[in-house]
Amino acid sequence: MNAFQSLNKIFRRLPLHLAIIVMCLLWIIPTLGLFVTSFRSREAVRTSGWWSAFLPQPKVGLPEYTQYCASCHGADGRTIQTADLSDPDLVNQFPRAANLLVMLKQPVNGSSHLINPPLPADAKTALSTLAPIITYMQTLGGTNTQNQLTLNNYVDSLVGYKGTQDYSTDCQQKVPSTLAKYKCNISDLLNPEGMGAAFINTVLVSVPATLLVIIFAALAAYAFAWLDFPGRHWLFALLVGLQVIPLQMSLVPIAQLYVKLGLQSSFLGIWLFHVGFGLPYAIYLIRNFIGGLPRDVFESAYLDGASHWTAFRRLALPLAMPAIGALGIFQFIWVWNDFLVAKIFLNTHPVLTVQITNLLDPRGGNWHILTGAAFLSFIIPMVVFFAFQRSFVRGLLAGSVKG
Amino acid sequence: MVPKIMKQGRLAPWLYLFPALLIMGLYIIYPTIGTIRLSLLNYNSTASAATTCTANQPCWGIFENYRYALTNSEMLTALRNNALWLLVMVPATVIIGLLFALLADRVRYESLAKAVIFMPVAISFIGAGIIWRFVYYIETGTGAQIGLLDAIISGFGGKPVAWLSNPATNNFALMAVGVWLWAGFCMTILSAAIKGVSAEMLEAARVDGATEFQVFWNIMLPTIMPSIVVVTTTMFIIILKIFDVVFVMTGGNFGTEVIANRMFNLIVTNAGRSTAIAVVLIALTIPIMIFNVDRFRKEEMAR
Repeated sequence: MNAFQSLNKIFRRLPLHLAIIVMCLLWIIPTLGLFVTSFRSREAVRTSGWWSAFLPQPKVGLPEYTQYCASCHGADGRTIQTADLSDPDLVNQFPRAANLLVMLKQPVNGSSHLINPPLPADAKTALSTLAPIITYMQTLGGTNTQNQLTLNNYVDSLVGYKGTQDYSTDCQQKVPSTLAKYKCNISDLLNPEGMGAAFINTVLVSVPATLLVIIFAALAAYAFAWLDFPGRHWLFALLVGLQVIPLQMSLVPIAQLYVKLGLQSSFLGIWLFHVGFGLPYAIYLIRNFIGGLPRDVFESAYLDGASHWTAFRRLALPLAMPAIGALGIFQFIWVWNDFLVAKIFLNTHPVLTVQITNLLDPRGGNWHILTGAAFLSFIIPMVVFFAFQRSFVRGLLAGSVKG
Repeated sequence: MVPKIMKQGRLAPWLYLFPALLIMGLYIIYPTIGTIRLSLLNYNSTASAATTCTANQPCWGIFENYRYALTNSEMLTALRNNALWLLVMVPATVIIGLLFALLADRVRYESLAKAVIFMPVAISFIGAGIIWRFVYYIETGTGAQIGLLDAIISGFGGKPVAWLSNPATNNFALMAVGVWLWAGFCMTILSAAIKGVSAEMLEAARVDGATEFQVFWNIMLPTIMPSIVVVTTTMFIIILKIFDVVFVMTGGNFGTEVIANRMFNLIVTNAGRSTAIAVVLIALTIPIMIFNVDRFRKEEMAR
């Protein structure tokens, strides 16, 4: 193949590569957007798109500063030494533009602070002119963190903090009203309204729910594969049918039953519910795998005096590990991401998905917390997914009719 | 087949089956019967549903909750939306999944490309809802558009669209999230099926002068048809029960209501209506259930 031919081949395949890359971009951009957003300050999240984190930022307040202040204070704010505008301590005295407005109307050394041009007469216009000046002074003093990346969203969502500022700032400034439930130390990570506590709850739900499904499904699958009993085929066909039953079907009767048994909002209750709806698919998957194991292995074990129990523990279980692993990953991610069941049966110990909806402010005032919260809920399934992708795929392929 | 040589006690199989059967009986079979019973009772399950009829209004007697489930205007919206979801999303996920599997099959970075499409499967519906809020958000005030789509539209000088509250776009906006979530699932299964098509057969057809489309249509498609059927039925079930995406993104408002969300909203306030909706939901899955069992029986016979 000469150079021209290979170049020709690349060009012929260009549409193919383009199609794949465009689709991959379409798929990844929404997630990437959330990921970038999760590191931006709450003000930045609210006022500009996540992509502007990659664009050069216009200097907010520069025109206003130049017009009103630069003639005396200089471009860097340091011309008058006694009133160094780039000094963060000085800037902090003007936390709101209204204060600045009052200050600017006061006379300095006997004459009006603002000489030329004078401040707009109507208060509203004056305020909207002066507010950006504060921002610019913060930029001068290096305290304008709006466009810096921050971990505050993660901290706030971990402790479930819904104040008007972020948790670490409020803790430093000791704002008492919104800190009532917080101690400003490491113990806040376990605040029941935060994602930290929800994380623990989710682990407490998912791990046992996965292990129990594996144990019960392996036992039943062994019986379906290597034991003979009346109604074996009929029962297994029923199992295939049960896989498609929507779990919505069980919510009301089970909720009522749990009230009678005192199991509402208990971990046992939610484990069993997840196990119940995980089992049909789990048994189907493991039975198909164990049933496909060579017969000779089991026959010779039996001739050597092994009981069924021994054959199950020593042969079937270890040999079925690929299927059990695939199932385990599948069930784990399923339970981890579940919202509906946890919302109804474990309301007092919210799991991650439920906690995210608790943090959701209907007025949309706390998007920044949601970004951190969402990524905290992704970490474990993502790690599991990328670490065991092959097993996960195998689990899908083996049955793929989960209800 | 069970080897005859392995002796067993008569009770042994049932000991192995007992925990699984008990739990499935308690959590799937008993509640299914319970749900049917509750659907014939009133809102707090204390009297027959017939007592909730109002005079001079149409009444279905003991099936009054089903009158709600099948004729109430909100339920009609939900039923219509579920039908729309099925009509659009089942073909969309299967076709996009198949298309991507076919394309990725031809490049060297296949596994990476497939991982990108498959990744949303590991993301919860709630998480997906948050991700897509930043795509669909509309700024109605004077601020900059922070939602990706409307930022692009205003970047080109267009008028921003209220994706989630405008009835013309919101159902499709939600479905796009669904496709994003589930196309990877379809792709994975179909990709495995494509790998199973004999390479010699494809090569032979190409040598005989068949176009790529003919190769796909006459050889590839018939061979992977069983997998397409599996994927389609699975998607059908998943989408019939669609709930979380709608719950977290619109709460079923602005004409985006779906069956499962209606059911969820009524769980606490009206058990009778809620369970009647659940029964409607399961009635819709019965054809798939019969189909699956039938397919399973044929497979077993072929073993």
